[in-house]
Amino acid sequence: MRIEGESLTVTYPGAGDPALDTVSLRVEPGTLYAVLGPNGSGKSTLMRALLGTVPLRSGAVRLGDRPLGDWRRRELARSVGAVTQHEPTAFPIRVRELVAMGRYPHLGPLRPETPRDREIIREALVQCDVERMADRDVSTLSGGEHQRVRIARALAQEPKALVLDEPTASLDIRHEMEILQLLRKSADRGMTVLLITHHLDLAARFADRILVLGCGRVAAEGTPTEVFREEILEAVYGWPVEVRIDEITGAPRVIPRS
Amino acid sequence: MTLRPRLVAVLLVLATVAAVWAGTRFGPVPFSGAQFREILMGGGDPLDRYFVLELRLPRVFLGLLVGAGLALAGAVFQALLRNPLAEPYILGISGGAAAGAVIILALGLAGAASWYLPGAAFAGALVAITLVFGVAASADRRLDVRVLLLSGVVVGAFFAAVIALVLALSDAPTVRSAVMWMMGSLSGASWRTVGIVAAYTVPAGVFLLALARPLNLMSIGEETASYLGTNVEGTKRIAYGVASLIAAAGVAFVGVIGFVGLIIPHAVRLLVGPDHRVLLPLSALAGGVFLVLADLGARTAFAPTEIPIGVITAFVGVPFFLLLLRRSLRA
Repeated sequence: MRIEGESLTVTYPGAGDPALDTVSLRVEPGTLYAVLGPNGSGKSTLMRALLGTVPLRSGAVRLGDRPLGDWRRRELARSVGAVTQHEPTAFPIRVRELVAMGRYPHLGPLRPETPRDREIIREALVQCDVERMADRDVSTLSGGEHQRVRIARALAQEPKALVLDEPTASLDIRHEMEILQLLRKSADRGMTVLLITHHLDLAARFADRILVLGCGRVAAEGTPTEVFREEILEAVYGWPVEVRIDEITGAPRVIPRS
Repeated sequence: MTLRPRLVAVLLVLATVAAVWAGTRFGPVPFSGAQFREILMGGGDPLDRYFVLELRLPRVFLGLLVGAGLALAGAVFQALLRNPLAEPYILGISGGAAAGAVIILALGLAGAASWYLPGAAFAGALVAITLVFGVAASADRRLDVRVLLLSGVVVGAFFAAVIALVLALSDAPTVRSAVMWMMGSLSGASWRTVGIVAAYTVPAGVFLLALARPLNLMSIGEETASYLGTNVEGTKRIAYGVASLIAAAGVAFVGVIGFVGLIIPHAVRLLVGPDHRVLLPLSALAGGVFLVLADLGARTAFAPTEIPIGVITAFVGVPFFLLLLRRSLRA
């Protein structure tokens, strides 16, 4: 499913400058699309704007072949899975129950889980390597485990597109690699994957295209080699960097200078 | 669903039957087992029949309905506000209802027509709910739960001042009856009040049960709830509105009964977990049982003097809740 945003502008109440300023992007099916940018550059706001959880001051979003406004929330949740940065846990809940919520958009308010739903939930648990903690209370998980559980829930939605906000922020290297390979594989099978991340090197290595945001505007857009240029990254992040081609991966790598 | 929720459900159904029996069988006026059976079979002394069938039985059913309604409303508010301390009166409902009731009592109209007091209490609750929603909605187009909570507290404080003013200008007997009303009692029960409360609570309760999955999602945060297919603003408005109406209908007829709506959902959650599809119906059952038994205690502990039911719900509820909490933390 294609994700398209056209000159999206979002201003939060009470804030002077827009959090997102005329940002356009187009994410084709079957691509892994990374969004980079420093803290506060509008990455999470872009996700909310594309998924309709923040009001647009101007601009338009199209998901698939329809404008965002034509989608009902439940219908949208059957096509797009989203993982936010944080999620409150006010009450104790088991891992399996949390992942099972990924089936809600398919089940609606009343229909009970079928064996097929349970199989999808189990597969999602396995894919994110959280099956053995299925009966544990979510509040007992580490930050990285909780993130993997929430990715599993998004997969249980059987989405055509995935939008993830720093999903690997607190993962160890093995689980980070596993999740990125999973996202890469999903994209290769035709899924649209939009990944917000701070991990420049992994974005360069796994993404097909990269959007760099700075102060709510598009600073650069293109393939990793097009975007990973020292003058672009230094201007956006405000820190001197050196870009090299990694011998092992063949992808550009960013080394912050001291 | 595992075995445990089913077991708890079966036990609660049995407890409901037992509570209905005990609440009808026992009271300040004692009956022998033989007398009681005779009354149920349609015989017995007419006055005894009146006691059992016209006083105790409606009282028991009112207890079931109001207890179920308060527990349901409490569970819904806790999910929507993602706050374990939320309770059915959180949106100023108790303050508004009490202000309405106290004004009627002070004007000496409580005895004039039987519906004045509950009518005024219900109207007061509705005014409070409308004010709270109005304040919250004027602050932000989207209903922010924190703003809603704050405006509930503010509106509650305003009505507390109204009550204080009216009581300060009233004589001692009025103050006493106002205080008693505010601590809650099922003594006003009749088949007519049962009918009115049922007309509010039963459809509203069924409606809330159908919102179980959206409520599951709301309790893990509004943004995620949206991404999992919930119409967040719609769900919030309708669930708040319906839960508030249930609480208002209850408080209008029985006064402000605390603790049921706070501790019952917690106790049930500790037993069966957080899934509202299980939590809501079982909380309703448990709330009903708890209130019927508390009312039995209120009638019989110091018979013939009846003590406010709020005293019993607090005395019994607090230690019971602490016990459950300790057990769950150890497990």
